[in-house]
Amino acid sequence: MKREGESPGVSVDPAKEGAGDASLDLGQAHAEPPPQTPHEIARRQLLGKMSLGLGVVCGAAISVPGIGFVVAPIFRDPPRQWRALGPVEQFKVGETVNVVFVDASPLPWAGVTSKTSAWLRRVAEGEFIAFSVNCAHLGCPVRWMEQARLFMCPCHGGVYYEDGRVAAGPPPHPLSQYAVRVNAGQVEIQTDPIPIG
Amino acid sequence: MIKRLLKTIWSTLDDRVGLSSMLLPILKHPVPRGARWWYVFGSATMFAFIIQVLSGITLAFSYIASSSQAYETLFFITNDAPFGRVLRGLHYYGASAMVLMVGIHMGQVFLAGSYKFPREMNWLSGVVLLALTLGMGFTGQLLRWDQNATWSVVVGAEQAGRLPFIGERVARFILGGDTVGGATLSRFFVIHVFLIPAFIFAGLGLHLLLVLRHGISEPPVPGELVDPKTYRARYQEHLAKDGVPFWPDAAWRDIVFGAVMALGILALAIVVGPPELGAPPDPSIISADPRPDWYLLWYFAVLALAPPRLETFIILLVPVVIGGLIFSVPLLSNKGERSAHRRPWAIAIVVMSVTGIGALWIVGSRSPWSPKFDAPPLTGSVVGATEGPVAEGARLFHDKRCLSCHLVAGHGGRRGPDLTHIGDLLTAEDMTIRISNGGTNMPGFAGTLTPSELSELVAFLRSRKRAAPSPATP
Repeated sequence: MKREGESPGVSVDPAKEGAGDASLDLGQAHAEPPPQTPHEIARRQLLGKMSLGLGVVCGAAISVPGIGFVVAPIFRDPPRQWRALGPVEQFKVGETVNVVFVDASPLPWAGVTSKTSAWLRRVAEGEFIAFSVNCAHLGCPVRWMEQARLFMCPCHGGVYYEDGRVAAGPPPHPLSQYAVRVNAGQVEIQTDPIPIG
Repeated sequence: MIKRLLKTIWSTLDDRVGLSSMLLPILKHPVPRGARWWYVFGSATMFAFIIQVLSGITLAFSYIASSSQAYETLFFITNDAPFGRVLRGLHYYGASAMVLMVGIHMGQVFLAGSYKFPREMNWLSGVVLLALTLGMGFTGQLLRWDQNATWSVVVGAEQAGRLPFIGERVARFILGGDTVGGATLSRFFVIHVFLIPAFIFAGLGLHLLLVLRHGISEPPVPGELVDPKTYRARYQEHLAKDGVPFWPDAAWRDIVFGAVMALGILALAIVVGPPELGAPPDPSIISADPRPDWYLLWYFAVLALAPPRLETFIILLVPVVIGGLIFSVPLLSNKGERSAHRRPWAIAIVVMSVTGIGALWIVGSRSPWSPKFDAPPLTGSVVGATEGPVAEGARLFHDKRCLSCHLVAGHGGRRGPDLTHIGDLLTAEDMTIRISNGGTNMPGFAGTLTPSELSELVAFLRSRKRAAPSPATP
């Protein structure tokens, strides 16, 4: 018969409880502590609370470097660098090409993941425009369809006109653009974070 | 002599460690006799998790969680390391089995009303374990660290980026910086290998503890209602009258089913093998077509089919609402009827959920919204001409990427309407307006087509008609 309030799952016979467990016997052998005065009780309670407080403070102090280490990227201003893409003459007017460059601050072990790319178009003799390859919908890589003069996304079918405006599909806004300049005969692109949102 | 020595060693060890006193009550605890094959899916999920832990640990002997080396180590594991291919297969199909089993287990528990008093916490801990399992699936796919994985990280970050106020910061946290790079993989490795498994171990421990505390639910009987005031006493009566020890009377089915499942996973790993590694994780290679693994294909479909205006709300709120609804099941109703025979809405919810996810899964696997970039030009037999405006129009139809989105006689993409018989439906004027201005989900081509090209394209489309019925023979 179960005792009132006892759960119906696994039950242990109280007669056998603690059998073979020497620590319990040792525990029972201890003499009852003498009754404490109100002063002693208050002191013990204070010590108990102080020890808990000390534990919380120490725990928090130890956690700060770890949390800071993990979430640091959130609070860092994105670094930006100008990267050379090649001499101006390399790019034909009206042509849109995929250009590859290195991130602003590649980690030594990043390998190929330090690379990124953009769609660069030489609009006029000294004028360039560069679009992000990340679809404004969910970031998938858009492809340039030269004859259709469209950017198309393979994931969910987003389509953009050649100027980056949304032509069809779910993208909520146009393709992001990079800053581009011509410096000492070289076309340079300014790195940017992956456009979010 | 040896037998007596072993017996002495065991009894001494058992006395000091307390294995028998700890495990025997668990193994021998009474369970309802009727708990038959429907009850094996929970243990099967746990067995699949054990397979994941073991195969994961062994894979970690060679896997290097570095953005520059992970792909190469996986290539080595798959193609060069002894049993590496099988191990990767075990890990992949083990994950699939875990997702499948946890889903079936949850459906069974819901249909049997086993989440009701006093097992509400069993359900709640199970929902958390389901979420953790899906989290393991997603992060595991990313550890494959091929092109698909790197772009999936971007997709995940973009979704997090939709969060108001903190979205961009959360996205940066996921990426480990501003772009996919050196820090990205290592954080997913930590999440997949340390964090989520730690939570799963804790959740599983709690789940099992609760199963032992409240006992395995008895098979529901129509009309036998759960009343929190009387349930426990009635359950005890039931056990006293008709209970059997968990081991071996009930557990053998768990072991047999788990063993068959494990053999199935092994067979798939050997015969079918692991998913192929895609292209290297180079973000500058943009000929990518990222897709999630099968268990998240339905969500991939949701993201494609959601109305753009509602998409952000769907991304942010639907998982919360669905998760909240599943989570609150025992909070909404924890007593009363358990039998599915008298809970038609329970059956309807399960059928609708399975059908809905199944339908989305099928659509997701076909992904008709994705342009068919590699659609070859239409052949002369399909076009019906090799020169002249119709043939030129067919060439333009391919070159201008119309064929990537439209189907003609079974060729091309499926994003837009099937144009096989468009000539029967639209006039030349209608077509000219539609092509020039575009339409719903279609770009306008006024700026990229010359007048002669436009008329050739229209000529081709006007020729897309059903064949005229052949004259009746006398």
